[in-house]
Amino acid sequence: MSDYILDARGIRKSFGGVKALKGVDLSIRRGEIHCLAGENGCGKSTLIKVISGFYEADGGQFALDGESFTKIAPAEAIRRGLQVIYQDFSVFPNLSVMENLAFNMELMKGHRLVNRKRMRHIAEEAISRINFEVDLDERVENLPVADKQLIAISRALLYDARLIIMDEPTTALTKKEVRSLFDLIRKLQAQGISILFVSHKLDEVFEISEGYTILRNGQNVAHGDTKDLDAKKFAYHMTGREFAEETFQPQIVESNPVVSARGLSSYGAYSHVDFDLHPGEILGITGLLGSGRTELVQTLFGLQTHDEGQLLFEGKEVRFTNVKQAVEKGVGYVAEDRLTEGLFLPQSITLNTIVSHLDDLCSKTGFLDQSQVNTEVNHWIQELSVAASDPQQPVQTLSGGNQQKVVLARWLANDLKVLILNGPTVGVDIGSKYDIHSLLRRLAHAGLAIIVISDDLPEIRATCSRVLVMRDGSIIAEANPATTSEARLGELITGQA
Amino acid sequence: MNTTLQKMSRRTEPYILGAIIALSLLIQARSGQFFTGNNLVDLARSMTVPGLFAVGAMIVIVSGGIDVSFPAIASLSMYITTKILLAADYSGPVILAYIIGGVLGLLMGLFNGVLIGYFRFPTLVVTLGTSSLFIGIMQGVLAARELPVPPAMFDHGTAKLFSAYNTQLGLSSDMPVQILLLVAVLAVTAFLLRSTMLGRGIYAIGGDEVSAKRAGFNVFGTKMFIYGYVGVIAGIAGIARACMMRNAHPTNLQGIEMIIIAAVVLGGTRVTGGVGTLTGTMFGMALMTIMSNSLILLGIPTYWQKVFTGAIIIIGTGVSARQAMAKRAKPRKASPSPSKAPQSQEASK
Amino acid sequence: MTLLNEKQSPLARFVARDPNLFRLIIMLVAVFAVMGALRPTIFLRPSNLVSMAKQFPEYGIMAIGISICMITGGIDLAVVGTANLAAITTARFLIASVPKGSPGGYTLSMILMGILIALTVGALCGALSGWLISRFRIPPILATLGTHQLFTGLAIVITEGRPVSGLPILFSRLGNKTLAGFLPVPLLLYALAAIIIGIMLSKTRFGKQVYLVGTNATAARFAGLNVKNIIMRTYVTSGMLASLSGLIMMARVNSAKADYGASYTLQCVLIAVLGGVNPDGGFGTVGGVTVAVVILQLLSSGLNMFENVSNFYRDVIWGGVLITVLITNHYLTEHKRRKALKSASEGCGAPWGNLGGVAPPGST
Repeated sequence: MSDYILDARGIRKSFGGVKALKGVDLSIRRGEIHCLAGENGCGKSTLIKVISGFYEADGGQFALDGESFTKIAPAEAIRRGLQVIYQDFSVFPNLSVMENLAFNMELMKGHRLVNRKRMRHIAEEAISRINFEVDLDERVENLPVADKQLIAISRALLYDARLIIMDEPTTALTKKEVRSLFDLIRKLQAQGISILFVSHKLDEVFEISEGYTILRNGQNVAHGDTKDLDAKKFAYHMTGREFAEETFQPQIVESNPVVSARGLSSYGAYSHVDFDLHPGEILGITGLLGSGRTELVQTLFGLQTHDEGQLLFEGKEVRFTNVKQAVEKGVGYVAEDRLTEGLFLPQSITLNTIVSHLDDLCSKTGFLDQSQVNTEVNHWIQELSVAASDPQQPVQTLSGGNQQKVVLARWLANDLKVLILNGPTVGVDIGSKYDIHSLLRRLAHAGLAIIVISDDLPEIRATCSRVLVMRDGSIIAEANPATTSEARLGELITGQA
Repeated sequence: MNTTLQKMSRRTEPYILGAIIALSLLIQARSGQFFTGNNLVDLARSMTVPGLFAVGAMIVIVSGGIDVSFPAIASLSMYITTKILLAADYSGPVILAYIIGGVLGLLMGLFNGVLIGYFRFPTLVVTLGTSSLFIGIMQGVLAARELPVPPAMFDHGTAKLFSAYNTQLGLSSDMPVQILLLVAVLAVTAFLLRSTMLGRGIYAIGGDEVSAKRAGFNVFGTKMFIYGYVGVIAGIAGIARACMMRNAHPTNLQGIEMIIIAAVVLGGTRVTGGVGTLTGTMFGMALMTIMSNSLILLGIPTYWQKVFTGAIIIIGTGVSARQAMAKRAKPRKASPSPSKAPQSQEASK
Repeated sequence: MTLLNEKQSPLARFVARDPNLFRLIIMLVAVFAVMGALRPTIFLRPSNLVSMAKQFPEYGIMAIGISICMITGGIDLAVVGTANLAAITTARFLIASVPKGSPGGYTLSMILMGILIALTVGALCGALSGWLISRFRIPPILATLGTHQLFTGLAIVITEGRPVSGLPILFSRLGNKTLAGFLPVPLLLYALAAIIIGIMLSKTRFGKQVYLVGTNATAARFAGLNVKNIIMRTYVTSGMLASLSGLIMMARVNSAKADYGASYTLQCVLIAVLGGVNPDGGFGTVGGVTVAVVILQLLSSGLNMFENVSNFYRDVIWGGVLITVLITNHYLTEHKRRKALKSASEGCGAPWGNLGGVAPPGST
């Protein structure tokens, strides 16, 4: 028997004239946790689809569980012990846990009638493999995200999986949930199962994987043991660029705060929060999902209202009951989920940029000043170096990083005093991430007050001058990111030493 | 953590049953005529054909689509069938009428199915177009006018299971045999939806089409089945309707589609797909039927009927929309579902 | 036609910007040419052209109203109910306030008053639909289905189901007038509505907001737009347009009734879709809708010229045209779509993997 569960050599695949994979190798040893990394569009997904049988490769071959293939049918791949867990977990939110667990198996066996007893049996077996406790009759939509993932994992284990591919499995998970996912991955490894972990998150790659393969533009750029890798090399391989590690030193911080919270509370979300935000500084807020951090900043932006305490804006008490009031005061908010909360995907870059200050671009009668619009949009495209050929181009054709720049342009075009970014670089490739970080530093130097919410600790270190740690709705600590270690920050966040 | 009671309270059926009971008691209290044999039989009669349509409409909505073409399919199948049988001077059993009607309905349904399943056009747009097409074929190409039905259909239309007399008012009502057709369709559909993988596939597609494909459901085949099956139901409902009316009227089903869809949604079927039960659908249909049939018992002139129908649609859907809102507000951070979120018509909080 | 004679580059730009509108215009020209060639003496006769121009405005204006709602991702199925309720209210008002033999000047002022009343009723009807949709988040299709029943019901209650007739003669005379021998008043009203709404959608803040809300209501709220208010205003606009249609209808038949124009609702949705309005929201133009209305009017008037062809063929044509256009567009954009689909599946691992047709970087 071969030492490798998967050994792919020279895989090529193109679509039309576009070469997605230009002869890629990927080898995973039995029982290994391997990481496949690369920027969006590097060919990771195509490679997975070739191996799992959804695409046929143009060239190259791969051995799966010792058997050599040039192409494979999806069902054959499953028989060979391959399982893919998609990023969206491929669950049916409207159906019961039991059905979600048992459907694939039932369909594969060609059953035409529903046998609830048999399905329950399958479901029970599935969850028992990872000691997952869940009400089999509950609708999946009523479960937390982490449970949906566990459903996907236990479903995959039903097929005697020997290689599980997890496509960006941590995207929707909280820190705590990521930790238990990693524990589970290690347990699976102990049972001899290999894991291919697809990610572009540096810290996760380091924490979980033993070997790595990095792709760029459809080619292998590096592979080896993770222990030989460091952050700098990783970033270099991913992007082909060198990045200097930077931190933020505020230059001129005005003494009068632009925003102050005094005993600010919102029932059920956060309580007795005090902080000051000064022009010229970047204030980090970190904490677990559900710690109240999102609700807190949404209060500053009029998406929520506070129940108690005082919110001061330039020394005057305010209470924003809608977003417009906050925008008029000069607050901008880059939302957590760019795709559903931030962007109008099929609309043009222009519309996406001007949406929040249509008032300034209109005459009193409500007519848009087209030339002013064009001037302004072109200005921001240049200023933020958005890679776009035409301002009329739909924003969905841009990369994640460029999309985020469009969201930033939207707010910067306003006469901004406070910029709040909730996860400023989630789903953004490393190159754009550095660009956005240096932009934030530049903006702060120019006198803007910025709040960054992030649980990406290197990001906090790279951008913030102060960081507030929230836990269970309260600010429990303030730290200087330059002098506090990541480990210490992590302890503060989870409350576990 | 989740008791059966809590689960029940999340369902729509108990609420709508409550509404039906309350309305019935109110009408009974005002008129004393609600719980009489002939009124209940009349209600059953009025519900027979709309009930058939509602079953079809619900299946489509559960699969994530919407179908407005079933009245056109019903009318055209019914009309062609009647015409053929009249031309052939047919005098055999009525079953042949149902077979022809069902087959015609099937063909028209499959036409919808191809446009929706293969070309993946939006269901509302497709069924609007085919609806216009079928009505045009009937009225333009076939120059449809009111026809008498052949004897077999006439006899079938007058056949009754039993009669209910209201001695107080001296009225009697016949329970139509077509109610058995509704019962049969309900039974078959219940089996299909609950106990076959095909039926579960309809729910799966309504929940998440991409996942359904990955899980191994035949999405195209299932969609063809859905629209074909719904076409058959529409076809035989058209025949049943013509028999019960004892004439083939080409246009008098027009406009019924929206009332049926409203009843289905009232019965707890989720407009975005994936959730819906036959019980709820029948409750919704019953509520609509009681409302429109029984105004007279409340002493309200019949021309108020539409006002009440409108009000019940608004209130009913408003309540379920509020329920959905409350549910959405509960989890702090909902899981991101990029496939649906951007389209939803969401107003500010 | 003038368009084709223009220089190449603006034409090419136009085609690139709105290929659907371009195809529709081609179709319009083709239909016109075919009909003109088949029956030149009847079809091209000025009186035929004028009568076509009198017919389409009453549903064309409603179609514009439905289109704005569809651009916000909703739909307004209450337009016909609104039109009838508005017409009936105005009819009642005119009959009550203008006794027979009233002087012309007084009658005219009352008619203007009546028009204002109709527009107000339309606005109120739209406001109710808009309120239900934005405040209670009832799916628009159901909310307006309910309000349609409600408005029609009220119209029946007011009239007890009978037609309201006996309007001042001046009203229908004004409504059916043909200015300068070729410009019927309904066409003038349509042009007015189309230009105002067209400019509103393409040039004003409100128009941009309508497209943005229709694309992604959540993002609109996060960007500081007042989504509730915008939705309200769209349905109010649709209601007012519907009431205008109701008045045109009332002038044509010289009476008002609760069930006039019942078939218009679905026809208007059809027109909107044919005109390139995306039922999911975010896209659509008044220009496209106008071309679609005219095509359908040409087709049905054209068919009327053939004695042995029933008027009901119009439904076949409408349904047929819609399906044909859908399939044609499907194949014409096949190439583009395939590319987009491929890129989308390519990016399946990326967060935007599910938003069909979204190209991730590096795949092009």
